[in-house]
Amino acid sequence: MDKAKTESDSTDESVPIPPMQRLLDNHFLLLFIGVVVPTVLYTLWGVMELSQIPITQ
Amino acid sequence: MSVAAETGVIGGIAAKFRTCPATGLKIDLAAEKLIKANAVVAIVFLAVGGVFGLLVALTRWPSVHLLSSDMFYLVLTAHGLDVLLVWIIFFEMAVLYFASAIILNCRLAAPRVAWLAFILMLVGAVLANVTVLQGESSVMFTSYVPLKASPNFYLSLILFAVGALLGCFVFLGTLVIAKDEKTYEGSIPLVTFGALTACIIAIFTLASGAVILIPTWLWSLGYISHIDTVMYKLVWWAMGHSSQQINMAAQVAIWYAIPAILMGAKPLSEKVSRLAFLMYIFFLQLASAHHMLVEPGLSSEWKVFNTSYAIYLAVLGSMIHGFSIPGAVEAAQRANGYTKGYFEWLRRAPWGNPAFAGMFLSLVMFGFLGGISGVVLGTEQINIMLHNTIYVPGHFHATVVAGTSLAFMALTFLVVPLIFQREIIWPRLAKWQPYLFGLGAAGISLFMMGAGTLGVARRHWDITFSDATLSFEYPPLAILMLSLNGLSGIMAAIGGGLFVVIIVASVLFGKKVDASNIVEALGPMPQKRVSEAVHKHGSASNFHLPGTYTLVAIFFLAFVVYYFVNWKYLSELWQLG
Repeated sequence: MDKAKTESDSTDESVPIPPMQRLLDNHFLLLFIGVVVPTVLYTLWGVMELSQIPITQ
Repeated sequence: MSVAAETGVIGGIAAKFRTCPATGLKIDLAAEKLIKANAVVAIVFLAVGGVFGLLVALTRWPSVHLLSSDMFYLVLTAHGLDVLLVWIIFFEMAVLYFASAIILNCRLAAPRVAWLAFILMLVGAVLANVTVLQGESSVMFTSYVPLKASPNFYLSLILFAVGALLGCFVFLGTLVIAKDEKTYEGSIPLVTFGALTACIIAIFTLASGAVILIPTWLWSLGYISHIDTVMYKLVWWAMGHSSQQINMAAQVAIWYAIPAILMGAKPLSEKVSRLAFLMYIFFLQLASAHHMLVEPGLSSEWKVFNTSYAIYLAVLGSMIHGFSIPGAVEAAQRANGYTKGYFEWLRRAPWGNPAFAGMFLSLVMFGFLGGISGVVLGTEQINIMLHNTIYVPGHFHATVVAGTSLAFMALTFLVVPLIFQREIIWPRLAKWQPYLFGLGAAGISLFMMGAGTLGVARRHWDITFSDATLSFEYPPLAILMLSLNGLSGIMAAIGGGLFVVIIVASVLFGKKVDASNIVEALGPMPQKRVSEAVHKHGSASNFHLPGTYTLVAIFFLAFVVYYFVNWKYLSELWQLG
């Protein structure tokens, strides 16, 4: 009985998918995050700091 | 039973495929050809780059000092290009196609685009080698401006990067096809998720490469008058270091794949392992910042955030994998009946199988040598002692050679029977290959890190400064370290040469593999059958893992001791009061 219930639960499409699971299964959202995070935190932040160095006269 | 190619249907679209006699998976022949082509070219460039590497090691050996200074920098440039970029990325393309089309039981998206990617990468790789060997582009792998190479040098890298980028899009397209055609249920398997992580990092890496190399190419042609040196360095390292993070994600995927195939090993918790890959996607590329730690134009906030706060989360991801993978092996071995004491599972592991031995040595050496030294280099205060010393190549030889290259070699011992459908020729010799190469690579890494700790500079032809106006002498121990590095280089070269010869001979002359001998062709394995774990979901059910807990405790102890030893060195370097 329990086994049947478990199997039924696991195939029930109405069971909401946890948000983390949805994130991990959304490959293009992961691609977006994987490109944007280092671009902002490493590249853009670094470029902003370097561009503020005064030019020698 | 012979394995005949058939025309059939995968997921509703006609494709030519064969059925793997080991796994029962449908193998798209277009994907198979591309895996073969990328793997073969990767191994050719490994051989070429490996010879260059041996010449570098023999020149750094003070009593041999093989090459002239001009030749040293030329060969060092070619070595860096061939092994850090060409061998690794070609093999990663093979891994991406394997982890998508083969593991997902799916046809490859746009095989023609994949062939275009292959041709662009091949043209780029050949052009890069020819240009460097012509002698006017000895700018080393980093090619820091204002060092100026021939325009063809930058063009070759751009072609290579564009080709690799196309390969990544083919991988993503294959994931879309597999999802649409429902060739898998639920989430993609963990190994494919690891490959997806590598692909995402690759896209950031290659895009960063394009951003910096295209203007540098125009600068070399004279269309741009000036490129800021620090700006170049910042953006270049978004490519240069992240390219090695692609390796890391790919090699971790391989660490999960090999025990899954050979012994049915499942991760301790599949969810946690996915979370660890997610930490790579978020944070791993930020490690590039440790190359900028001594640049005066960047703030401490930028340096500390990128190299400490963020990268420690990626390190946490690595430590999760470093616990989960030996734990998975232990759980599988205990399920196979090796339950005595703490370490029977490890003693009775298939150490005679070059795929398993290479994978496990790669895991251990990457963690103990590459991982710990990476954290040390990423700590702003300690980095000042080691920055631009030969410690840095020591670190990345632990990660890229002892870690990634050994893992890729290990996988190749399975790719030959599964994809090339050939038995490994000379299995006894193959059994020794991971040990020779692995110990040689570990020696290279350890002795370079030792010499770097004593202050020996990297990228230097002559550490004795024999023709310098102001003389300087390193401690005799540094000379010893570089000599031992030379000996280790010879050992690694023998191991690497053995790998190339065995694989080429196996592909050309190995006995054909079919259903009757496929299991034997994969080498010794505990279960005498190929497990489905690599393309299924699930976690290990056994958490009685005393051996793994002991290994992890040893790792943490080594980590803490070595970390604080370096702080002690720093306190002695800058004495206060």
